[in-house]
Amino acid sequence: MAELNLVEAINRAQAWEMAHDPSVVVLGEDVGVNGGVFRATVGLQEQFGPERVIDTPLAETAIVGTAIGMAAMGLKPVAEIQFSGFIYPAMDHIWNHSGRLRNRTRGRLSCPLVVRSPCGAGIHAPEHHSESPEALFAHLPGVRVVIPSSPSRAYGLLLAAIRDPDPVIFLEPTRLYRLFKQEVADDGEALPLDVCFTLRAGTDVTLVSWGAMLTETQAAADALAQEGIMAEVIDVATLKPLDMPTILESVARTGRCVIVHEATRAGGFGAEIAANLAEHGLYSLLAPVQRVTAWDVVVPLSRLEHQYMPSVERIVAAVRKTLEGA
Amino acid sequence: MTTVARFEVEFTRFLNAEGEATQELPAFARDPATLIPLYRAMQLTRAFDTKAIALQRTGKIGTFASALGQEAIGIGIAGAMRKEDVLVPSYRDHAAQFMRGVTMTESLLYWGGDERGSNFAVPREDFPICVPIGTQVCHAAGVAYAFKLRKEARVAACFLGDGATSKGDFYEALNFAAVWRAPLVVVINNNQWAISVPREQQTATPTLAQKAIAAGIEGVQVDGNDVIAVHDAARKAMDKARAGGGPSLIEAISYRLGDHTTADDATRYRDPDVVQQQWANEPIRRLRNYLARIGAWDQEKEESLLKECTDRINAAVEAYLAIPPPTTTAMFDHLYATLPAALLEQREAAQWFASHEGGSSHG
Repeated sequence: MAELNLVEAINRAQAWEMAHDPSVVVLGEDVGVNGGVFRATVGLQEQFGPERVIDTPLAETAIVGTAIGMAAMGLKPVAEIQFSGFIYPAMDHIWNHSGRLRNRTRGRLSCPLVVRSPCGAGIHAPEHHSESPEALFAHLPGVRVVIPSSPSRAYGLLLAAIRDPDPVIFLEPTRLYRLFKQEVADDGEALPLDVCFTLRAGTDVTLVSWGAMLTETQAAADALAQEGIMAEVIDVATLKPLDMPTILESVARTGRCVIVHEATRAGGFGAEIAANLAEHGLYSLLAPVQRVTAWDVVVPLSRLEHQYMPSVERIVAAVRKTLEGA
Repeated sequence: MTTVARFEVEFTRFLNAEGEATQELPAFARDPATLIPLYRAMQLTRAFDTKAIALQRTGKIGTFASALGQEAIGIGIAGAMRKEDVLVPSYRDHAAQFMRGVTMTESLLYWGGDERGSNFAVPREDFPICVPIGTQVCHAAGVAYAFKLRKEARVAACFLGDGATSKGDFYEALNFAAVWRAPLVVVINNNQWAISVPREQQTATPTLAQKAIAAGIEGVQVDGNDVIAVHDAARKAMDKARAGGGPSLIEAISYRLGDHTTADDATRYRDPDVVQQQWANEPIRRLRNYLARIGAWDQEKEESLLKECTDRINAAVEAYLAIPPPTTTAMFDHLYATLPAALLEQREAAQWFASHEGGSSHG
């Protein structure tokens, strides 16, 4: 087993699948010779050639639009959008076409497409490089939305995403790309999509999060454990479709839930989880559900980005609120 | 100063509005046996349009986009495609779709509000019609790339309107296809109108074909009311694409003789007298006059064809009307390859409410 960071795991998953499935192609800006601006595709063009690892012209609409055409013809394109702040020109194709092609043709044509894109703040990046747009995609019927939170889950989930017969928006937290390494068996084993992962068992409160925010969420769980408050931590991993049974089962035991996400609050995906808890888990709740999110502001430039992003302290405070009077 | 590049756009017409040959016809057109199927297909499309509009007016189908006056474009292009090629159409391209083997029943089913109408029995890999303007050109470039990657001698043919040439998708797709040297044929149905916006307000370029030149693609202009000119350009572009010569663009100049769709009233924005004048250029009369002039067509054949069209269309309408509506759960059936567990509850609820329609309002 190799010690890999998250971006290396992304790289190995693509290499594995390209080696084992000739229909997989990678396309995007700077993905070939340069290996991607984050090096997520480094070495792939050397190994698989420029026809399967395509340095495209600089146009996000056509990167996803052409990938849909390829996918409909049986290829499995993995399209990289260099930063999620630049994904919006491709929204027309993601929304109007990728998630609809199978339905529109009654399954005659389909769209086995993966759109990979870095997301999130916290690396002192320039403007438009720090957004967390997952809720926009999670609103779309017919697509999947996946966000990994560790190298091993990134590897297994990306393999699953490429093998999935439907479009997957795969958002990669840039803050995690090189934050830590993990033993990853580069053995082509995929992880299941559409399920949450329970990262830590607990009895007093359920912390629900995804992506880079699991770093703060886990740290908050550590801090709370020092005080004897045992938090269960769930990595949602696949936001769409959402594995609500895992969350409901946990909340049924703990009676309390704090949802943590880096995206802004209004219309954020935390609202969807909270609404589901209200609909299906209200009688298990001993306290109102809390959301810890970014403020509803434009992502600030780097000097304020850490005040924008949820902190360990804010998560701990939210947990305390659920325990008031307990 | 040095001129570093210079470009020209060629316009081709073989038959004038009266159906007289204005120059020597291409080899294929010297045999009436090649032209008559094109003529028959144009007449069938026009008769279908008339029927479809009547069906919309009587509530039997929803909004419909007629191809009136533009039949030569779809027929001339699709007539040059091979079975294994892929058509990526816009929403006014049933002429081309019928040539490809899409049935009139399927077309009516689509316009009648049923996804099954895009599950074509014959051209299994052809795209369904595309409603968001110009987006299909990107898909077609991707289709063409797939053919090239797999070294298949197949061509993607894509249709769009004059308005769609204002979209970024159109330019981006041409640019990608050119860089990739992909086997793509892009066809602009320049019918002079994007709903109410006329061609001269759409774009300042003297031709639409020249937009291809900016992407490094050959762009030609043809008389879109002359099916011989359209078909000739299509054959050349497809031969070139199939031989590895890369993409081409054909601007076919025509005129939208009908409303944009059945939801439109073109008298709000254009002079009916001008439209009436444009009838003099329409493609069907033009080819009929030519065929009659060379002795390949007569009144008897015409009457027989029109009756055959009516019979075929009536049979298609009858078949369409006999198709029962889809089951409620059909909207879940092809959302994903396998319906995710998260959606099972909604599927059951939709089914329950549909089966209790008219019953208690309390779920």
